[in-house]
Amino acid sequence: MARHTLSVLVEDKPGVLTRVASMFARRAFNINSLAVGPTEISGISRMTVVVDADGNLIEQVTKQLNKLVNVIKIVELVPENSVQRDHILVKVRADAATRLQVTQAADLFRASVVDVSTDSLTIEATGYADKLSALLNVLEPFGIREIVQSGTLAVGRGSRSMSDRALRAS
Amino acid sequence: MSKGTPASPALMAAKSSGHGAQGSTASGVVSTRSQASDVVGPNNVVAPVQMSGSEALVRSLEELGVKDIFGLPGGAILPTYDPLMASDLNHILVRHEQGAGHAAQGYAQVTGEVGVCIATSGPGATNLVTAIMDAHMDSVPLVAITGQVSSAVIGTDAFQEADIVGITMPITKHSYLVTDPNDIPRVLAEAFHLASTGRPGPVLVDVSKDAQVGPMTFSWPPVIDLPGYHPVSRGHSKQLREAARLIRQATKPVLYVGGGVIKCDASAKLMVLAELTGIPVVTTLMARGAFPDSHHLHVGMPGMHGTVSAVTALQQSDLLITLGARFDDRVTGVLSSFAPHAKVIHADIDPAEISKNRTADVPIVGSLAEIIPDLTVAIKAEFDANGTPDLGDWWAFLGNLRDTYPLGWTEPEDGLMSPQRVISRIGALTGPEAVYAAGVGQHQMWAAQFIKYERPRSWLNSGGAGTMGYSVPAAMGAKVGNPDRVVWAIDGDGCFQMTNQELATCRINNIPIKVAIINNSSLGMVRQWQTLFYNSRYSNTDLNTGHDTIRVPDFVKLAEAYDCVGLRCERVEDIDATIEAALAINDRPVVIDFVVSPDSMVWPMVPSGVSNDQIQVARNMTPVWDEED
Repeated sequence: MARHTLSVLVEDKPGVLTRVASMFARRAFNINSLAVGPTEISGISRMTVVVDADGNLIEQVTKQLNKLVNVIKIVELVPENSVQRDHILVKVRADAATRLQVTQAADLFRASVVDVSTDSLTIEATGYADKLSALLNVLEPFGIREIVQSGTLAVGRGSRSMSDRALRAS
Repeated sequence: MSKGTPASPALMAAKSSGHGAQGSTASGVVSTRSQASDVVGPNNVVAPVQMSGSEALVRSLEELGVKDIFGLPGGAILPTYDPLMASDLNHILVRHEQGAGHAAQGYAQVTGEVGVCIATSGPGATNLVTAIMDAHMDSVPLVAITGQVSSAVIGTDAFQEADIVGITMPITKHSYLVTDPNDIPRVLAEAFHLASTGRPGPVLVDVSKDAQVGPMTFSWPPVIDLPGYHPVSRGHSKQLREAARLIRQATKPVLYVGGGVIKCDASAKLMVLAELTGIPVVTTLMARGAFPDSHHLHVGMPGMHGTVSAVTALQQSDLLITLGARFDDRVTGVLSSFAPHAKVIHADIDPAEISKNRTADVPIVGSLAEIIPDLTVAIKAEFDANGTPDLGDWWAFLGNLRDTYPLGWTEPEDGLMSPQRVISRIGALTGPEAVYAAGVGQHQMWAAQFIKYERPRSWLNSGGAGTMGYSVPAAMGAKVGNPDRVVWAIDGDGCFQMTNQELATCRINNIPIKVAIINNSSLGMVRQWQTLFYNSRYSNTDLNTGHDTIRVPDFVKLAEAYDCVGLRCERVEDIDATIEAALAINDRPVVIDFVVSPDSMVWPMVPSGVSNDQIQVARNMTPVWDEED
C-alpha cells in the first residue's frame, strides 16, 4: 500500500485528537504515525498523519476526516514537494571499547550524542524515515537498549502557508 | 513538537480545559463568519440578561423554535428540569430514555424539524445510545441533551458519571461537553445547525451540572463559530451537464432514489425530473414515499427484499442516477456483482458517500433540493439539443417483469392468518395520509412492501441500524409531530416487547397511536433465516406469544393494563372489522394483537452473500431471465 502524508489543520478543541484517532480506528484505516502540536495561529493545531492506503482509500480517509466538524483543512504533502522529518532518540550500548565506533557511526548520519554513561550512549537524530532506519541498522550490532521516535512532521516547500490559505480565504 | 510540547490526548484536553473565554480567542483569529442566519428558529433578538445555565438551556431551546421535547429527568439534569416547568416547551415524560430518543426521531422524520431528547448522566445518557446510533445511520436530525456530573468530579468515576461524549463519538455528527454556562446558547445553536444542515444527523450536548447551576449572561442570537463546517448545496454545473449527457445516451437508466430525497423535501422536484425523462424509479427502504407507489414510472423497492422489477432494473441498468442513496449492502448484495454494466451518477450532500462503496463516474456533491431541479434543466437542454432517448425496449422489459412478478404471498399451511394480508389491509383501510412506523424484521419488510406509500414522510423505520423496538416510540413521536394524522405502529411481537412501556407515555399524554402487533410468536426474521440457512433449527427464536402457546405476555391484557384499548384478531374474516374498530378509536392508544402464522416468509429475497441476480421470488425459485437480458 502506498504511504500518504496528510497535514490536517484542526480546531484546538477538547477531544479533537480522539475524534481523529477514533475515526481512523472505526473505519479500519491504518495510521502509520501521527504527530500533533500547536501552529502559528492560536486555537489551531496541526496534525501530520501518515497513512498507508491505496488510491480510493486515501480519498475516503480525506473525506471522512473532512466530515469531522473540528477539521478545518487537509492537504496531502507529497515527498517531492515537501520536507518530511522524523525525530529519534536511541540509547545504544557503548563501553570504552566500542564508544568511538558508535560516535563515528552517529557522525556519519549527522546524529548527535546527547547523553553518555559508562556503558551507553544516547543518540539524537532527525531525518527522513529511511535515513533513520539506516542509522538504526548501523547501531543495531552494538546493542540498542531503547528507541523513542516521533511521528513524521511535514511542511510544504516554498513560501506558501497552509494555514494562510485555510483561514483567511473563507 | 520541536518546541518540546508533548503530543498526547492530555495536551489537547489541557489546552482547552481553561475553556471559558477561549472560544472568543479562537474566533478572533479564525475567520469569524457572522452566522446569525445559521441560527435556526424565529431569530428573536434578546438583549443581555443574567440567568442560570439551566435557564439559558431552556431559553435557547425556545429561541431555536423547539416546541416538543422527549425526556426523563435524573440527578445531573435536575437543574434544567426546574425552569422547564415554567416554559412553554411541551416536555413529554417517557418511561425509558431509548423511547425519548426514538420519539424524537419519529418527530423529526415526520416534521423535518430537529427532534430533541433529554436525559440525565450515566445510565440515562447510555440509554439514549441506541437511538443516537439509529439517527446516525438514517441521517435523522436529532439533538440529544444529557446532564453530566459537575466538572470538578468529571474523571473521578463519580456517581452516574459516564463519558457519553466519548461513548457516542463514533455515532454522532458532532458532540459537545459544556462546562461553562456562557457557552450554552452558542453550543445549542451550533448543535441545531449541525443536526439540520448538510447531511442531517444526531448531535450530543452534554452539560455538566455546574454549568447548569452557574450564572451566565444570556443574549440571542449567539454567533455560530464552525470554521470547519461548510456543507455544499449547489451541484457543480460541469458535472450536471456531464450527467445530462450520460442520461441522454443511456438506454437502460434507473433513478435510484434514497432517503436523501425525503430529507431535503425534494419529492415534487423528483417527480418533474422523472416525468420529463420517463426513467424508471426505484425507491429504497429509506425512500419509500419519496415517489408515489401508484405512479407508472415506479418499479418498486430494490434490495434484499425488493421487487423483482426493481432489483433487476438496477442489475441490468446501464446508468444509475443515484439520488441521496448510499449503495448500502442490503441494496447491492455482493458489491462486485452489483449493476455490473452501469455507469454511476451519484448525487449526495455527503461527499464521503460518493465512491465509498461503488465508484461514481459522475460525482455531484450538494443538496438534492438544488441538484434535482438543476439537473432537470440540464437534461432539458441536452434533450432539446440532441434528442430524447427512446426507453421503449427498457420499459417493455421492466413492465413485463413488473407484471410477471408482482409482490404477493401464499397463504400459510397452518390455517393461521397471513401477516402480509393483515398489513396490506391496514394500509388499504387507513390510506396514504397516515403515518406508518415499523419495527425491524419480517413485519418491517412486509410493511415496506404491502402498504402503498404515496407521500414522503409517511413511512418511518429503522433502516440502517435495524433497531428492534423502534416502532412504538417512533410512532409516538410522529403522532406528536403530526397530531392530525393517523399513526400506525406496525410492530412485531419481539420488537413490541422491547419498548412497549411507552404506551404509558402515550396514554397519559393523550397520544393516541395505533399499534398492530404482527404476532407470529417468534423473532420472525431470524426464524426465517433459521428455516432457510440453518436446517430449520429454531435456536432461541420462539417467543410463546402466539397461537397454541402460553401467550406470555397476553398483549390484550398488557394494553389494558396501560389503559389502552386491546383487541385481538385471529381469523381472516375479522381483519377488516378489527382495523376499522381501531380506526374509530381516537381518545386513547389501541393495540391489536394480530395472531398470524409463524411460517410466513418475506419474499422476494436475495440470500446474503450472493449476487442480486440470484433473487428468489419464493423458496428456491429464481425468475426465468429471458434472452433479451
